[in-house]
Amino acid sequence: MDLPATPSPLARVAPTTPGATSERTQARRETLKVLLRRPAFIIGCLVMIGWIITAILGQRITPYDPFNSFSGGHLPPGSGHLLGTDRLGRDVLSRVMVGSRDVLVVAPLAAIVGVVAGTLLGLVMGFYRGLIDDVLSRLVEAFLALPVILVALLTLVVLGSSPLVVVCVVGILFTPIVARTVRSAVLSERQLDYVTAAKLRGESGPFILTREIFPNVLGPTVVEMTVRFGYAIFTVATLSFLGVGIQPPSADWGLTVSEEYTNMISGVWWPTLFPALAIASTVVAVNLIADSLQSVLNE
Amino acid sequence: MTIETTLPPPAPAAPVNSALKVENLSLAYVVRGIPRPVLRGVSFEVRPGESYGLVGESGCGKSTTAYAAVRYLPRNALITGGRILVGGDDVTKMNDEQVRQFRMHHASMVYQDPGAALNPTTKIGPQVAEAFTVLGQSRRTAEESALKALKRVQIADPERVLQRYPHQLSGGMQQRIVIAIALASDPKLLVLDEPTTGLDATVEASVLDLVRKLQAETNAAVLLIAHNLGVIRTLCDRVGVMYAGKIVEEGNAAAVFESPQHPYTLGLLRSLPRHGVRKSQRELSTIPGNLPQIGTNLPTCVFVDRCQIATDLCRTVEPPIVDTGRGGWTRCHYRERLGELVEPAARVGQETVSGEQTLALSGVSKTFHQSGHDVPALVKVDLNLYDGETLGLVGESGSGKSTLAKTILGIESPDAGSSLELGDHSLAAQSAKRPTSDKRSIQMVFQNPDSALNRGWTARHILARSVHKLTGLKGKAMNERVDKLASDLRLTQRHLDLKPRQLSGGLKQRLAIARAFAGNPQIVVADEPTSALDVSVQAAILNLLSDLQIKSKTSYLLISHDLGVVRYLADRIAVMYLGRIMEIGASETVFHGPNHPYTEALLSAVPNVDGEVRQRILLEGDIPSPANPPSGCVFNTRCHRVIRGLCEVTEPPLVEVEPGHLMSCHIPLEELGRLQKLAAERRETLVTPPSPDTTTDVPAAVASEETPAPPSPPA
Repeated sequence: MDLPATPSPLARVAPTTPGATSERTQARRETLKVLLRRPAFIIGCLVMIGWIITAILGQRITPYDPFNSFSGGHLPPGSGHLLGTDRLGRDVLSRVMVGSRDVLVVAPLAAIVGVVAGTLLGLVMGFYRGLIDDVLSRLVEAFLALPVILVALLTLVVLGSSPLVVVCVVGILFTPIVARTVRSAVLSERQLDYVTAAKLRGESGPFILTREIFPNVLGPTVVEMTVRFGYAIFTVATLSFLGVGIQPPSADWGLTVSEEYTNMISGVWWPTLFPALAIASTVVAVNLIADSLQSVLNE
Repeated sequence: MTIETTLPPPAPAAPVNSALKVENLSLAYVVRGIPRPVLRGVSFEVRPGESYGLVGESGCGKSTTAYAAVRYLPRNALITGGRILVGGDDVTKMNDEQVRQFRMHHASMVYQDPGAALNPTTKIGPQVAEAFTVLGQSRRTAEESALKALKRVQIADPERVLQRYPHQLSGGMQQRIVIAIALASDPKLLVLDEPTTGLDATVEASVLDLVRKLQAETNAAVLLIAHNLGVIRTLCDRVGVMYAGKIVEEGNAAAVFESPQHPYTLGLLRSLPRHGVRKSQRELSTIPGNLPQIGTNLPTCVFVDRCQIATDLCRTVEPPIVDTGRGGWTRCHYRERLGELVEPAARVGQETVSGEQTLALSGVSKTFHQSGHDVPALVKVDLNLYDGETLGLVGESGSGKSTLAKTILGIESPDAGSSLELGDHSLAAQSAKRPTSDKRSIQMVFQNPDSALNRGWTARHILARSVHKLTGLKGKAMNERVDKLASDLRLTQRHLDLKPRQLSGGLKQRLAIARAFAGNPQIVVADEPTSALDVSVQAAILNLLSDLQIKSKTSYLLISHDLGVVRYLADRIAVMYLGRIMEIGASETVFHGPNHPYTEALLSAVPNVDGEVRQRILLEGDIPSPANPPSGCVFNTRCHRVIRGLCEVTEPPLVEVEPGHLMSCHIPLEELGRLQKLAAERRETLVTPPSPDTTTDVPAAVASEETPAPPSPPA
């Protein structure tokens, strides 16, 4: 069909200076431009930037010290404390503001661990097929069959909870999922003729894998990274809620929810609702970014 | 955006009511908020019972026009002017429900890929019947109608076919079923979008026959889109030549193809290798430049930038519509100056074949093992390739051409006992085990440059890596070699800094060829090197390939289904069937005949742009399963000259019937010559005579047209 395949943004921009580097920056700039035209992407970014700023500035901008008691506890939202106080009389707003600190360190690290390990595994599985792929694929599938939270819970209980262990456990749990995505991307790449052409000129397997195929599956990998980041926030919050993730006295959202949710019955909803909303907003924001990235990179 | 204000061409004197009338249609695609004009005032009409073909390079708007006629446009399409009348109703003004009713009763479409047009999970019966239940028939009547519909599209044994799933049928059968569904509503308008692209020439010929027959029966108007000018010539009464969203010439098909009156039409026709022209005789004409990017503002004559006789007048004044007689017209200021466009001069003394043998294959077999069955794809192939020659490899899909190429390249390893020799030494079975010198000597040009070039690499990187890997050159010497290759293939420095997707199709293929030539190969295997390209680009690539061959004395192994291309480029031709070579000989000998009955059938199936009247050979069905080849001569089940009692018993050896011409047939060459001459004189239509041991009244076509199930002993 003669539909105009959305003219590649690059095609219209003639490189002013020859050289692959300038062209690559130009390509990135164009991708960014297209991204910035998407409201979903902008909203996602704004929310994330907001949380990152509050996490960095922390106590310097909170109205109260988030770790100090100021009243008898469970003051409703209102004049003195905008979002009320928790059971120990600490300011909820201040705690929500600094509550992003731990999760914003732990979740991205976990996502990175998962994506790096998963990509390596996926590349090998997709490219070498045969016995290697069969064995690894079965292992990956067996792993996928295990419920993430249950495994994480058990491991953390056995190993004891520390941020490092949380990062590793969540990262490893994400590895097979990423590996499967990357594997299928590699599978469709490797049947393209450029791989045959490379073999015909005598390139080695590792060269083809890392220099020819890997750059072409980078797009899905980046998308996977953002998607995993979203899930990681959620998983870490869940683990904290269950008491094996981030430990008190942190103001972590998941932890706060777990400490306060029993009070909901007595009508004290604010210490639970606001951290929960914070978790939701971050996860949604990350997913908005991931979706925009995916559709732009697939164009 | 400018909306063209050209008046539609003069209406015929006596206004006949037309089945489809497109009036001054302008259409734009909205890309990132900006409307980019694709059609710029298209006007034409198709009368009932008439077939109208739209031709032009890809991107000229022909498919958009066809899809607009049935209001099947993507969401970002915006009709900016004009009307589309089907039986008097304006399609552009209909609401969704009206469009539904319109498509239900008045217009149907047949798509390029029949495999994708049919639902893979539903049996043929319910699928065809659904087309009738939609029209309000009861289930039972619909089933009867489905059976009738299948009979109408000449499917043998329709009862059995109704019980099958689409994937169990061959491409030709699938397309027949799509046509049956399209005709269910007895439409006034049938739109065919590349209906035979992707089918073998032999199947294509029978589908075209069918469409012509059905059209005569139903009196439907047919709008045909095809990039193959031969298909258009075969099927269409009138043609419109499109360029950049405008029809630049229209007229009677024969008239347009025989005496084109627009520089673009002339250019298109001249870039085809026709009338048996060969590379040693002259270069092919090309149309310089490319189709303008979609959405660019164009001068008054859309073709001006690629036209060699254009003047400033063409840029400032809208070209008039000039009547060319017999209801034809052209949009050109300088119709009388067309004679100034001459074809390239004859080549002299450019023979490249030197007689030294470079590659020798003997007894090469390749058997695939599929789910416990042996499927022989190549059976004891003997083949020689000489220095500087082009060997054309032809045959239907599934004949083993590509397997043979892959075996030579070392992508597939042949069975034990096969021998491949390059010059004075034997070749390792696998490419990975061959020394660099052997890898350098045999390289490949792929069919689809999009797949063959790494999209993440720049052109320079692609070339440099191949040069480095194959020649061991580094640094400055390597860069010099890259520049040399680029200039040989007419790629500029600017092109080298771009990535494949920033290059046009022709440039991409040139880059792929340059890569194959990185280490001065002795042999280049070209697998359908031009089939993904437009004809004008194809001509440029063919010229380039023959230039390179003259310079470098490289041998080519050319695989192509386009016999015109093979005839132009090849010095010798090998015809393959079921993994065996049926005939091999000098190109002219093979084309001219007397030739093998299979070759004869292949040649007769090619839709011809010159409108020659020839004898027709209806090659029924598909290639039999290689897992269960027919006994005796493997072609006996489909051969129109089969000698019953001999051909199905003994396999004829491949013997030299005249110097340099080998053939595998029981009929002596003189007898073949006599029969073929007779058939050509009588313009006979030849079919396979019924097999004596087929006692049922099921035609042979049924058994062979179904995709063969796993091998079972022959009945």
